[in-house]
Amino acid sequence: MPFISNTKEQQRDMLAEIGLTMDKLFSDIPKDLRAGEFNLPKGLTEHQVRDALAEIAGKNYINLTCFLGGGFYDHFIPAAVYAIISRSEFYTAYTPYQPELSQGTLQAIYEYQSAICRLTEMEAANASLYDGGTAIYEAVMMALRITGRNKVIIDDSVNPIYRVMIDSYTKNLSIQLEQVNCVDGQANRDEIYKKLDDDTAAVILQNPNFFGCVDDFSDIAEAAHKKGALLIVSCYPVSLGILKTPGAMGADIVTGEGQSLGMPMSFGGPYLGFMATKMKYIRKMPGRIVGQTKDKLDRRSFVLTLQAREQHIRRDKATSNICSNEALCALTALVYMSLLGKEGLKETAQLCADKASYAYHKLTAIPGVKAHFKQKWFFNEFVLDLPCEAADVIARLIEKGFAAGFPLSRYYKNMEKSILICVTEKRTKQQIGMLAESLEACL
Amino acid sequence: MVIEGLYYTEEHEWAKIEGDVATIGITDHAQELLGEITFVELPMVNKEVVQKGELGVVESSKAASDVYSPVAGKITKVNSELESAPEKINEDCYNAGWICTIKITDKSTIDNLMSSKQYEAYLKSM
Amino acid sequence: MKLLFEKSVKGRRAIQVDNSDVPTTININSDFLRKNSAELPELSELDVVRHFTALSRMNFGVDTNFYPLGSCTMKYNPKVCERIASYPGFAHLHPLLPQLRMGGMLTQGALQVLYDMDIFLREITGMAGFTLQPMAGAHGELTGIMIMAAYHRNKGNKKTTVLVPDSAHGTNPASAAIAGYKVVVVPSDDNGIMDIKALKKLINNEVAGLMLTCPNTLGLFNSHIKEICDLIHSVDGLAYYDGANLNAIVGKARPGDFGFDIVHINLHKTFATPHGGGGPGSGPVGVNEKLVDFLPVSVVVKRDDGTYALEYNRPKSIGYIAPFYGNFAIILRAYVYILMLGKEGLGKVAENAVLNANYILAKLKKHYKAASENICKHECVFSPTDEMLQNGVHALDVAKSLIDRGFHPPTVYFPTIVKEALMIEPTETESKETIDEFIDAMIEIAEIAKTEPEKIKQSPITTPVCRPDETAAAKNLDISFHI
Repeated sequence: MPFISNTKEQQRDMLAEIGLTMDKLFSDIPKDLRAGEFNLPKGLTEHQVRDALAEIAGKNYINLTCFLGGGFYDHFIPAAVYAIISRSEFYTAYTPYQPELSQGTLQAIYEYQSAICRLTEMEAANASLYDGGTAIYEAVMMALRITGRNKVIIDDSVNPIYRVMIDSYTKNLSIQLEQVNCVDGQANRDEIYKKLDDDTAAVILQNPNFFGCVDDFSDIAEAAHKKGALLIVSCYPVSLGILKTPGAMGADIVTGEGQSLGMPMSFGGPYLGFMATKMKYIRKMPGRIVGQTKDKLDRRSFVLTLQAREQHIRRDKATSNICSNEALCALTALVYMSLLGKEGLKETAQLCADKASYAYHKLTAIPGVKAHFKQKWFFNEFVLDLPCEAADVIARLIEKGFAAGFPLSRYYKNMEKSILICVTEKRTKQQIGMLAESLEACL
Repeated sequence: MVIEGLYYTEEHEWAKIEGDVATIGITDHAQELLGEITFVELPMVNKEVVQKGELGVVESSKAASDVYSPVAGKITKVNSELESAPEKINEDCYNAGWICTIKITDKSTIDNLMSSKQYEAYLKSM
Repeated sequence: MKLLFEKSVKGRRAIQVDNSDVPTTININSDFLRKNSAELPELSELDVVRHFTALSRMNFGVDTNFYPLGSCTMKYNPKVCERIASYPGFAHLHPLLPQLRMGGMLTQGALQVLYDMDIFLREITGMAGFTLQPMAGAHGELTGIMIMAAYHRNKGNKKTTVLVPDSAHGTNPASAAIAGYKVVVVPSDDNGIMDIKALKKLINNEVAGLMLTCPNTLGLFNSHIKEICDLIHSVDGLAYYDGANLNAIVGKARPGDFGFDIVHINLHKTFATPHGGGGPGSGPVGVNEKLVDFLPVSVVVKRDDGTYALEYNRPKSIGYIAPFYGNFAIILRAYVYILMLGKEGLGKVAENAVLNANYILAKLKKHYKAASENICKHECVFSPTDEMLQNGVHALDVAKSLIDRGFHPPTVYFPTIVKEALMIEPTETESKETIDEFIDAMIEIAEIAKTEPEKIKQSPITTPVCRPDETAAAKNLDISFHI
C-alpha cells in the first residue's frame, strides 16, 4: 500500500501488543455509521499518475503570450527561488511552535517582515495572510477595532475581485460600506471628502489601481486622519521598486498580493497576502508575528510573539480566526527579494514601466485605438478603448497566440470596449510589436 | 493574598471605594494565573462603563485576560505607567499596579461586589 | 546567525536583470516615485543560497524525523506531488484565463482537477457538494459558518448562538465570533466526550449550529454522534464537522452519514500536502443537499459534451471568499495523493493511523498518565505522572527533552481540558521501528525525571537555541530589523 510503512507482520505484532483486533479498534464507531465500499478509482503507481497528470496539464494553454494582469502577474522567477524553497526542512515543517526546532522558519519570517517594512516604508509587518483579498478584509476588521467605528469608504478602482470578497465577508456584520467612483483613473477626492465623517473607520484605496493608474494619496491620508479615520492602501509589491510608498503617503495599514514576488501564477494559488502597519496599531493586527529575543545563553533567537491576540488563546475574542500564515510563500517572497536586491527590484520595476509605456505608445498608434483615461501616469498596466467589443477582440487574439488583456466590462458598467493590458519585464519589444500587428489586423 | 477593605469580583478584579471614586486593579490571584505580564491595554479617560463592561486587557506571553469594570461609572484616570512597566501588576497589584479610577455613577452596583472575606471563600471554592 | 541584511555588501548583485530593449520614456510624474530605493540586501546568488541553506538546517520537518504533533497530522508528503505541482501546464496558468470569452476551454485540465476533486471529496465524506476555495482550515471554518448564516437568513430564522465544546480547537469559537455569532461552550463529561445532558440543556431556538471535531481532540470518537446531530436539527440548527481529525476515520466512516450538514477538510493534514512551515494549506468545505445553493462562487460543472466550465450564476451563494478557485497547487497535490491511494488505499490510512496511536497508548500508559485508557482514534493524550510533576518535570520539559533525542515534541498544553497535556499523533506513514524508538525515548525521559529531574529541565542542549525568552520578546518588541 502506498505511503504506509508497517508490514502486515508488524501490524499483527502491534495488534497483539494492544490486545485487540483491527475491527475492535473501530468498535466505537456504531456499525450503522460505518462506510461501505467507496466509489473511487483504483490506485495508480507513481509512473501512471505522472503520465495521467502530464496529459491533464497538457489540456491547459500556457503558450499564449501573456499581457493579462489584473493583480496577478507573469514575472520572471530566478531558478534559485525554487531551489531554496524546495528544501524539505522548510516545506515539511509545521507552524514554528517549538522555537528550538524552527529557527530557520522563524528567522526567515523575521527577515520577511523586515523586507516588507522596507519595501512599503511601514513600521511593522505580520508573517503574512492568505492573499491580497483576505488581507484587505482583515485590514477592514482591524480598522473597525482600532477606531470603534463602522463605516468604510472604498474606491471602485480597488481590484473588483477584492471588493466582492469584502462584500461577502461583511454580510453578517453591521458594517456600512460606501463605494466611490474614481475619476479619470484617480481617487475621487470630492466624493471621498463628502463621505468622510466622524463615523468613518477607514478609506480603502489601491495603488497602482486596478486600471494601472498611479496616484499619491498623501492628501487623502491627511483628510482621513483629521476625521480620526485610517487610510488602508492595497499595493503591488514589484511596483514599489520605483513608486512612492504607502508609508510615505501616510497610510495606516498596507496590504497587497505578494504573488508577483517569485510565485508562479498556479491558476490562483497559493499566493501571499502581506500586511504592514504602524507600530502603535501592532496589537490590533491579525496574523502571526515573529519577534527577536535572547535565549538562556544570551544567543540571538526568534519566537512567535504577541500570541495572546490569537485564536488559540483568545478563542472567541481573538483579533481574527486566522491561525496560519502562508509561511512558504512568505519565504518565497523573501528569497525573491534577496536575489533581486536593492538595485534589482528597482531595475525590474523600471523595466516593467518602460515596456508598458512602449506598448502603450505602440498600441495607441493603431487607428481606432484610444487611451481610456486622459491622465497618462501608469505603472505597467493601462486601459485602451477599442472600436468594438473588447471581449470579442480578446477572443480573436487568443487564436493568434495572445492572452491580450482583460475585458473590463466583466466588472465595470459602460466599459464594453475597454481592455486592460499588462506588460511585465518578461515581454519583449518583438512580442509587443506582434501584439500591435495582430490587434490592428483583427479590428 | 487578599486585602481587607477592598471589594472584589468573580473575574478577579478589586475595587477600592473612596467616596464616589473607585480605584480598580486585578487581584494577586489573577496576576499569578497570568504569569509575567507583558502588556496592559488601558481604557480611555472619560469613557462610560457599565458594571461588568470591558475596561481593558492584560496580556502575558502565554495568556490574555479581559479586565471588567467592577462598578458603573466614568473613567477619570488611568495608570499610564503600566504602558512602559506592565510588570508593576506582578510586583504590586494592589498599589502601584492599579489600572484606572472610575467616578461611580450608580452606587448600587457596589452591592453586587464581594467583601475580602467572601472573595477568600470564593477562591477556596474554585 | 547573521541576518540577510547584516550580510549585505554595497554593490553586490545576484540576479542580472535584462537590458531594456525599448526606449526609456518618462511615463510617471516624479511626485509619484519613491525617493530612496527599498533597503533590500545586496548579495550574490551564492550568499543567498548559503544563507537559506544554513537556515534550513536550523529547521525540523517531517523529512527530518518523527513529528507526532497532535491534531496536526504530520504525515509524509510524497515527492511526486511536488513534482506534478511544478509542471508548467499547471504552474504557469493565469487564473483570469477562464474569465475571458471561451477562456474556459484554455484551462480544461485545471478545471478537470477541480471537478474530480470535488467528486472525490463528496464520496469520501458523504456530502453533496464542495467548495475548494478556502485557503486553510480556519478559512474553511469561516466559510462554513457563513454558509450557516446564509441558510438561516434565507429561511428567516433568527439565530444568535453557535455551540462549541470546551475541547474544541481555538479556531472554532474565533470563526463563529467573527461571523457574528455568540459562542456558547458545551462542557465535556469525565471521559472527555461532549456531555449530552449538558448539550440538551443548551439546545434552544437561538442555536444556529454546533461545531464539533469527531473524534475529538482527545482522540475519542463520540458514539452518540448521530443523536447529537439530530438534537441540533430539532431546532433547525446545523451540525458542523471540523475535519481537523478526519485522518482517524477516513475510508472507514463518513461525516455526512453521521448527520453533519457542513464539513471542512484540511488537505494539508488528511491528504498529505506539506504544511510549509505554517501554510499554505487548503480547507475545502462540503455541504449536504439543502446547503449546496449557498456554496461560494464559482463552482466547476461538467457539461453534457464532457467539457468543464465555471458556474457564476448562483443567486443564493454567500459570494466570493477567495480571489479564484482556492490554493490550486495544493489541491492538485492532494488530488495526486488520492489518485495514488485509490479505493483500496483509502481505508488503510485510518487503520494504520489508529493502530499506531493505540500502540503508543498501550506502551506508554504504564509510564505516563493517559487522559483516557479507552481505545483512541488517531491520537492519544498523556500527562506527566504526579511523581514527575512533583519533581518539577512538566509537559514542556518532556517536550524539550524529546528534542535532544531527535524527535519533534507532541502538541503540549492542548487540549486545555487536560492538565499538562502531551498530545501525540503518529499518523499512518510512520513505521513500528520509528515509533518504538520514540516510545523508548519517552520511557527514558520518564525514568530520568524520577532520579535526575534537573537533567530533563535543562533540555534542549543540542539545538542552536534553548528556551528563548518569550516574555522579553513580547515586552521589548523587535519585529523588524533596524540598523
